Amino acid sequence: MGKYALRSLGRFLALMLAVAVVTFALVSLSPIDPLQANVGQAALLGMSEEKRQQLAQWWGVGVPAHERFLSWGWALLHGDWGISLRYNAPVLDVVASRALNSLALMAVAWVVSGILGFALGLAAALHRGKLLDRVVRGYCFVLASSPTFWVGLLLLMVFSVWLGWFPMGFSVPIGKAAADVTLADALHHMALPAITLSVVGVANIALHTRAKAIDVLSSPYVRFARARGQSPAYILRVHGLRNLALPALTLQFASIAEIFGGSVLVEEVFSYPGLGQAAVTAGLGGDVALLAAIALVSAALVFGGNLVANLLYGAIDPRMRLRGRGAQTPSAQGEDAR
Amino acid sequence: MSGILASCPSGEKRATQELAAAPLLSAPANRRVTGRRAVLVGCIVAAVALVAVVIAGILVGPDASRTDFAAKNLAPCLAHPFGTDWMGRDMLLRTLAGLSTSILVGVAAAAASSLIAAALAAVAALGGRRADGVVNWLVDLCMGIPHIVLLILISYALGKGFWGVTIGVALTHWPSLTRVLRAEILQCRESDFVKAAFMLGESRLAVAWRHMVPYVLPQFIVGLVLLFPHAVLHEAAVTFLGFGLPPEMPAIGIILSEAMGYLSAGAWWLAVFPGLALVAVVMAFDAVGSGLRRVVDPMSAQE
Repeated sequence: MGKYALRSLGRFLALMLAVAVVTFALVSLSPIDPLQANVGQAALLGMSEEKRQQLAQWWGVGVPAHERFLSWGWALLHGDWGISLRYNAPVLDVVASRALNSLALMAVAWVVSGILGFALGLAAALHRGKLLDRVVRGYCFVLASSPTFWVGLLLLMVFSVWLGWFPMGFSVPIGKAAADVTLADALHHMALPAITLSVVGVANIALHTRAKAIDVLSSPYVRFARARGQSPAYILRVHGLRNLALPALTLQFASIAEIFGGSVLVEEVFSYPGLGQAAVTAGLGGDVALLAAIALVSAALVFGGNLVANLLYGAIDPRMRLRGRGAQTPSAQGEDAR
Repeated sequence: MSGILASCPSGEKRATQELAAAPLLSAPANRRVTGRRAVLVGCIVAAVALVAVVIAGILVGPDASRTDFAAKNLAPCLAHPFGTDWMGRDMLLRTLAGLSTSILVGVAAAAASSLIAAALAAVAALGGRRADGVVNWLVDLCMGIPHIVLLILISYALGKGFWGVTIGVALTHWPSLTRVLRAEILQCRESDFVKAAFMLGESRLAVAWRHMVPYVLPQFIVGLVLLFPHAVLHEAAVTFLGFGLPPEMPAIGIILSEAMGYLSAGAWWLAVFPGLALVAVVMAFDAVGSGLRRVVDPMSAQE
């Protein structure tokens, strides 16, 4: 177990280093002038040449890339993630406050889409070829082809504009003091984004579970149980759930990258102040420090998801415990299953 | 085989009925031919529709951005089936032009991405353990960062715009296909016919050309077609966020992000129809890809 933890830690560090290098390289490639982005066009023009040089030195213009990378990485390790240009606050604070919003949203969507998808997949498999199966499959195929942000737009239009059941956006009511915001307010604002993410996330897991459940239902032991006179629903509950829960859970943990990507779009549609919206603002506004930080945090999140999937493998499937490795996550399945 | 299956508890009634109606021995053969033909016809129809959309989009390009302030904010009617926007542009023409751009960007990006995947898969499968390790690590790295975040980063690095999004999509969509092709090449290399070819003294190049390429090519083409939907959706998403195509280019992402501002004014048609059209295009690509896979894949040839 200790060996596995060490290996995971090593893989995590290697991944973080690689993500940092990639992020840094991409950001350095950008044609955006750090001086102009940070000081502003107008201020730059009215500035003396001397002052400009001073600032250029402060922003590290002309310093070789590897030195800049090392100093950035060193600062990161010491907890200095820089100052966000767009939010005018330490990056770490911005990320922390927004991660809370985003994680709440993603957690709800993740759980709801997982349970709903699993249930729909089982139901479709039990009624294979019948109306229910066709409806579920049709729904999944359409949803898998729909852009998340468009689904969000439609829901916003129907439930906020026409019916007025949910607010138009943001995470708290407009014009209300932060101290007065109740949990109900927060949930009310989070509902529609979370529903959007869940509705879109169902497709993958439902189709996957359906295929696996059909495999299980056509296996010899199920046929034997049928011959004993047990009902398909009972058989699925007793003989199927464990087999099916494992790949479904793995898939769901491996889909964290997709849920994160979806949350970026959904947060943008609903003006929900989370990490995704911050990433967009940072990218559009040339806020390098924040953008890099969000890339690192999202990579860590995805890694965490895969790690949990591997650990759960061991907890649910006794055979994996004996082998002890279990480092293989079918994270590619999320893409292929479509 | 299907006779046995039909008698199992979860078997389909339809199959039993068909078997009862037709002479038993010829039934599977008949169904196979019609099934494959139907799938092929479906593929061709979808492909023709996509090409037609691209051509139509290019043809209406100049008209799509023509403004007519006498006819602005019109709800869908006979003259303007998709309605008009706040500058009196016809949404049907704009949608067509946007779809055509999206498809072209998607095709370019998916083609580049699948070439990357093929090259890396070949390196991983044939280049020895170390090369395999490196490629697998690259795949893990690329999958370790959420697609959208990576796209934003690449687009930022390239200064946004057309190339930003096209290169971004091309550079982010190869991992899953790389895995599939790598497994496929490995399987082919271990197969008996390749071993026999080597025993017969064929050169490595000849084996690669005569045995491996025909084995892997169908998977490659199917993978390529199935990359389109992802590429098109991600192009639209990144453009929607403001990192992709510039506002003056017709694109579904642009149309939808502009529509956001008019939703509360009740202009539902600005968002509904362009989005539906995009879904239709993505589903058409998916139909072509899945159809091709079913026709090509020997495992499902009996269905």
